[in-house]
Amino acid sequence: METLRKFEKVWEIIDQNGRDSSRLIPILQAVQAEYRYLPEEILTFIATSVGISPARVFGVATFYSLFTLKPKGKYHIRVCNGTACHVKRSMDLHNALQKKLNLRDEKDTTDDMLFTLETVNCLGACGLAPAMVVNEEVYGQLTPERANEIIDDIINAEAHNEQDTHRL
Amino acid sequence: MNENDFLIVDNKEIPIEGEQNLLELIRKAKIDLPTFCYHSELSVYGACRLCMVYVEGMGLVPACSTPPSPSMNVKTNTEDIRKMRKIIVELLLANHSQSCPTCQKSTTCQLQALARRLGITEIRFKNQSKNIPVDDSSPSIVRDPNKCVLCGDCVRICSEVQSVGAIDFAHRGANTMVIPSFGKDLDKVECVNCGQCARICPTGALTPKSEVDEVWKVIHDPNKMVVAQIAPAVRVALGEIFGMEPGVTTTGQTAAALRAIGFNRVFDTSFTADLTVIEESNEFIKRIQKNEFIPQFTSCCPAWVKFVEQYYPEFVHNLSSCRSPQQMFGALSKEILAAQTGKKREDIVVVSIMPCTAKKFEAKRPEFIHDGVRDVDHVITTQELGRMIEEAGLNFRELDPESFNLPFGFKTGAGVIFGNSGGVSEAVLRYVTEKLTGEKRESYEFTSTRGENGIREIKISLAGKEFSLATVSGLGNARQVLEKIKSGQAFYDFVEVMACPGGCVGGAGQPVFTNPVVRQKRTKGIYENDRMLELHKSQDNPYINELYTSFLGEVGGHKAHELLHTGYKSRKRIADEGMSLSSSDGEQTIEVNVCFGTGCFLKGAQKLLRDILVHIDTEQLGDKVSVSASFCFEMCEKGPVIRVGDKVIEGCTLEKAALAIEEERQKVLGDKTVNSMQ
Amino acid sequence: MNKTLIGFNKIKTDYIAWENAVPHRVLVCAGTGCLVNGSMKVYEEFVKTIKEANLNVIVELKDEEGDVFVSKTGCQGFCQIGPLVTILPEGIFYTRVKPKDVKDIVETTIKKGDILHRLLYIEPNMLKVCKETSEIPFYQKQRRFVLGNCGMTDPEDIREYIARDGYVSAARACKDMSPEDICRTILASGIRGRGGGGFLTGKKWDMARQQPGDKKYIICNGDEGDPGAFMDMGIMEGNPHSIIEGMIIASRAIHADEGYIYVRAEYPLAVKRIRKAIKDAYTLGILGKRILSSDHTFNLQVMEGAGAFVCGEETALIASIEGKRGMPSPKPPFPSQSGLWGKPTVINNVETLSTIPLILSVGVNKFREMGTENSPGTKTFAITGHVLNTGLIEMPLGSTLRDMIYGVAGGITSDDGKPMADGFKAAQIGGPSGGCLTKEHLDLPIDFDSVKEAGAMVGSGGLVIMNKNTCIVSVARFFMQFTQSESCGKCVLCREGTKQMLVLLDDIIEGRATEETLKILEDLATAVQKGSLCGLGKTAPNPVLSTLNNFRDEYEAHVKYKYCPTGKCKALTKFTIDENLCKGCMLCAKKCPVNAITGERKQVHRIDPIICIRCGACIESCTFGAIKGEKL
Repeated sequence: METLRKFEKVWEIIDQNGRDSSRLIPILQAVQAEYRYLPEEILTFIATSVGISPARVFGVATFYSLFTLKPKGKYHIRVCNGTACHVKRSMDLHNALQKKLNLRDEKDTTDDMLFTLETVNCLGACGLAPAMVVNEEVYGQLTPERANEIIDDIINAEAHNEQDTHRL
Repeated sequence: MNENDFLIVDNKEIPIEGEQNLLELIRKAKIDLPTFCYHSELSVYGACRLCMVYVEGMGLVPACSTPPSPSMNVKTNTEDIRKMRKIIVELLLANHSQSCPTCQKSTTCQLQALARRLGITEIRFKNQSKNIPVDDSSPSIVRDPNKCVLCGDCVRICSEVQSVGAIDFAHRGANTMVIPSFGKDLDKVECVNCGQCARICPTGALTPKSEVDEVWKVIHDPNKMVVAQIAPAVRVALGEIFGMEPGVTTTGQTAAALRAIGFNRVFDTSFTADLTVIEESNEFIKRIQKNEFIPQFTSCCPAWVKFVEQYYPEFVHNLSSCRSPQQMFGALSKEILAAQTGKKREDIVVVSIMPCTAKKFEAKRPEFIHDGVRDVDHVITTQELGRMIEEAGLNFRELDPESFNLPFGFKTGAGVIFGNSGGVSEAVLRYVTEKLTGEKRESYEFTSTRGENGIREIKISLAGKEFSLATVSGLGNARQVLEKIKSGQAFYDFVEVMACPGGCVGGAGQPVFTNPVVRQKRTKGIYENDRMLELHKSQDNPYINELYTSFLGEVGGHKAHELLHTGYKSRKRIADEGMSLSSSDGEQTIEVNVCFGTGCFLKGAQKLLRDILVHIDTEQLGDKVSVSASFCFEMCEKGPVIRVGDKVIEGCTLEKAALAIEEERQKVLGDKTVNSMQ
Repeated sequence: MNKTLIGFNKIKTDYIAWENAVPHRVLVCAGTGCLVNGSMKVYEEFVKTIKEANLNVIVELKDEEGDVFVSKTGCQGFCQIGPLVTILPEGIFYTRVKPKDVKDIVETTIKKGDILHRLLYIEPNMLKVCKETSEIPFYQKQRRFVLGNCGMTDPEDIREYIARDGYVSAARACKDMSPEDICRTILASGIRGRGGGGFLTGKKWDMARQQPGDKKYIICNGDEGDPGAFMDMGIMEGNPHSIIEGMIIASRAIHADEGYIYVRAEYPLAVKRIRKAIKDAYTLGILGKRILSSDHTFNLQVMEGAGAFVCGEETALIASIEGKRGMPSPKPPFPSQSGLWGKPTVINNVETLSTIPLILSVGVNKFREMGTENSPGTKTFAITGHVLNTGLIEMPLGSTLRDMIYGVAGGITSDDGKPMADGFKAAQIGGPSGGCLTKEHLDLPIDFDSVKEAGAMVGSGGLVIMNKNTCIVSVARFFMQFTQSESCGKCVLCREGTKQMLVLLDDIIEGRATEETLKILEDLATAVQKGSLCGLGKTAPNPVLSTLNNFRDEYEAHVKYKYCPTGKCKALTKFTIDENLCKGCMLCAKKCPVNAITGERKQVHRIDPIICIRCGACIESCTFGAIKGEKL
């Protein structure tokens, strides 16, 4: 009943926000926290519930860079490209990871849905430039090699989990 | 502000007379300050930056959002300003499709006009335009994002004036686009086809969809009898394309032009407007007598009809069942002309010339298609007719006037004023007053129905009874009125709605205009037409009376119903799939679909869905049943509605749903048993 | 004395009594920077190790029972050498502390009172070992006024804030001062908005105060979006109560009963700490109805941003709170006339609000002793780039760039972080909206007006220092790319103008430009600056215009001679192999993606300049430094 729980959650979120169109952004944030992205049909549902046009909801959802209408990978990598990180060659990190994960600017998620790679303007960890964040975990003073190692660790851990599930 | 307050615009004193912003004041000084995004009827947006002026002590400010204050010294043509305007237009051109000569808006495009006005001979920036696919899915409007300057006029008119919001800004920065939700095609969303977006669009990004080629094709086909019907509002606007003043009547030249182009018959939609008056008035009298479905809503405007179907399903039966004059004309003329000429129905081609883009949609509604043949085959706008006349090389202004063909070319003034907001109400009043009192009246005008306000209320006393009417133009105003009716704050017997501000004269198919004065002149022209005609009341139209005697029989009778009336139903706003909530992975899955449209939602669909999901969980049916929610089954008045397998359950409760699921399960089990026995 | 103050006094005396009874306090920096470096693990290790050493450890001060009090603090500014640990009462300042060091610290310092020298900070220029922050030049040259409590207190403990005389100013404002009094005092202090424009805060408040209507709002702008700036984050994480207190005072001054703190969503820790602080403030009657035993009502909530730099602009921020796309709208009307939901609204920056309670407590005269006549007080800066010490600093306004770069930040470094005497080239101040200052501005007092005159702006306080090897055109391009991607897309000049400026800069960097290009760039930049709708658009061309102004030669070199003086623009470089250095290892030939490099093993290699695409892969591959880029 995972989906029921999730759908109940959408109701709950909309109700908690008083079916109020001015609460659209908190609603979208909460829904994205639940689904990890904003599914189209849920956006239509939200529009109907708060009484605004779906086009307006779509407009808001596509304006803010933290909202995503496509499912993201299990591990969401964001390489900081704030000034401090940029000066410390953060784009080298980004390019190295792109190459490693076989991604391009137009394609930011791996086919196995394990990784999504993006840049972010500033994480506020400027003292530790260059930095990147994987889901909630922040890594600082990185080199392309170190970044690749972090990814390798995740891939290995995932492979282990996979094996464990099979064994079970 | 004082009476004597003034400010200085380009060295000239201009009095401040309550203007909200500098732009209005500068216009008063007879200076045409360029702008894409300022319209007095819309909110101030301030995005195009073309109206920047220099104010002493303030520097460069946008005129559209700067309130005038006394003794300001304003300059509109400093070197900085001229440079900036050029840069803005060059920037827009560098991001614009470079197909000006073949663009529908060529010559009426404001970007083109401005480039010429500012003497731009080269674009210093690299072309950045992307080749984005054109959306021509809608029967009414073509959307070409490659020509969009993102002024937002369309977005604001759609939401602020029409309260529809079918298109909006999406994405950000250089990727910003004006698109329907989720980038869907325009015909898949809640667009009502009114075309006001296309009317206000300064470039060719939104244009009425052209059917000119199809019309030429049938004209060139010797087997077809091509019949034209001209809507009332066309006659006071067509001349504008040929340099004539707005409001000048060109009926004679239009008839001549249509014949020259090759139309076999030239008729007037005002004739069937007269017919509409008689049918609709009698329907109204009946409803009043039975006290049923009051207020009666007019149904001549297809954008309004779709609006009610989408947003107010509870009111669909309040719409008059009368077809619009266009559709009455189509059905009637095909029937009668086929009988008269012995031609097959499909060889009689009805082409309407309309001020409207929604009429294109209306003609394609399935209700008006019989045996694969549309009652109205093609709808072209005033603009499109203008283009055909130009293509044919006709010197429109110099054409010798001709008259319409009979009988469908004969109308009274009541049929002509349909082109104005308030016109239908007035025409109905001209009929109903005489019908209810049984007396002939000398006068015919009901000026209280006229005016510029988007909502006008009229109280009238007839045969000892008080009647309350509202005439509304603009769908945002219509929404306000409907909400008041719903909440009991207002009561009306009769409500006339036209989707376009000012009515059909301000339709999106009319020659491009942005200044409301143009529309006002057309309105005046329509009323002048009425005054110039010999007859003013539909009931006095001899050809209408003849039509009833010889063909239709009784008013509102069987034949009339077949040809002149129709029905409406609630309609999904957005075409899309439902949302999957619980999916079984079992082999034999029972599909349960719960409607989540507004109607059902208000009637408790949410609780029902939750109950059903809990039921499935407690009964451990999770591997046998899939549940999804969808957005409208179009049966809102009977909600909550669910579908189990193929079975639709109205007014559903958990008990009914559980029963249906169980029945369906038994059926599936039965099938299985049968299968395994075989 | 009234009820609240009695309550506060009890909290304060209890707290101080308990604090004094505990012999040692360990402060572990838990700002974002140190957290990234693993300070949470250090904190946990302290708790564990102290317990194991049979000492009584406390993490929340509730009574006098305890030997060591371990706290997490907000950012101490010197993130680069984190995780930072301070031992009180001695004030010993340990740097780069790893969990494995904790045992040593407990044994040596806490138990025996000795100093663990290997964890002390060594000043790299003079090689001086520093025991306390007061000995470290990075801290010595600062004036930590607003940041005073950041890093020295537990931001999640409201009682500690109260114990340091917190909320006294707010109580005074709510009970003993009229709104006019407050506005007059703030105006007299001369404090100017720390967020960008430098508008007089007192004037802003007074305008909103005089607006009719009984519904008004106060908003704290914590949407700190400048890349490379994290001053507001430091305050939100390190001293959230000071912001709440500032907002209470502001709300009282303008008669607002509702407020929002709009926090950038990329700052999860700041959001968490502010939410907790608000909750605690409600519990103690500091927020809500009839707060602090006065008749003033003030409700406060947090709104998280969703990732749009432009929402730092007032009207866009309001649109965002209203649930719309964050697109700015034309001013007038100004927010103080018609803001959130059309009501009078004051929007202040985090640092401004955080300074307000201090102005009331130290008094206007004391406040004005810091800074200059027209820019009184202090200002925080995030100093980054090619300097020895990067981090969050606070200086009196009017300090010079030289003070900051050579005093606090320890001087210029080369690209690989080594000290570089006379290496200073430029400082970008004010982030992507600011401009660049050069050598001739080293002794310019950094205050709102002087910096503006020099063609830049103090802005929110981002300060990026660049060494001589930095290509200034590429720097301008970096900022332009930032503003271009963050443009909301509403007005033509910003949306299309920044896009075209980026295209023109690319032309310059990639060798396609002519002298005409510079002229077009300058004309366009000027138009965007004068004509854009909002502050972001109006300031977007600043990096281009100020670099064009200060480094025209460098632009011209790119354009006229297709030459990048720093050799950073690869398209303008001819790559050659130094015959004396090449060992013929063949590595570069293998790495070259277009096979432009030929040569036999152990023979000098050659690069065919016609095939070469100037990607630079060979330079990176060569371990002998034999490949160089030269003027084309």
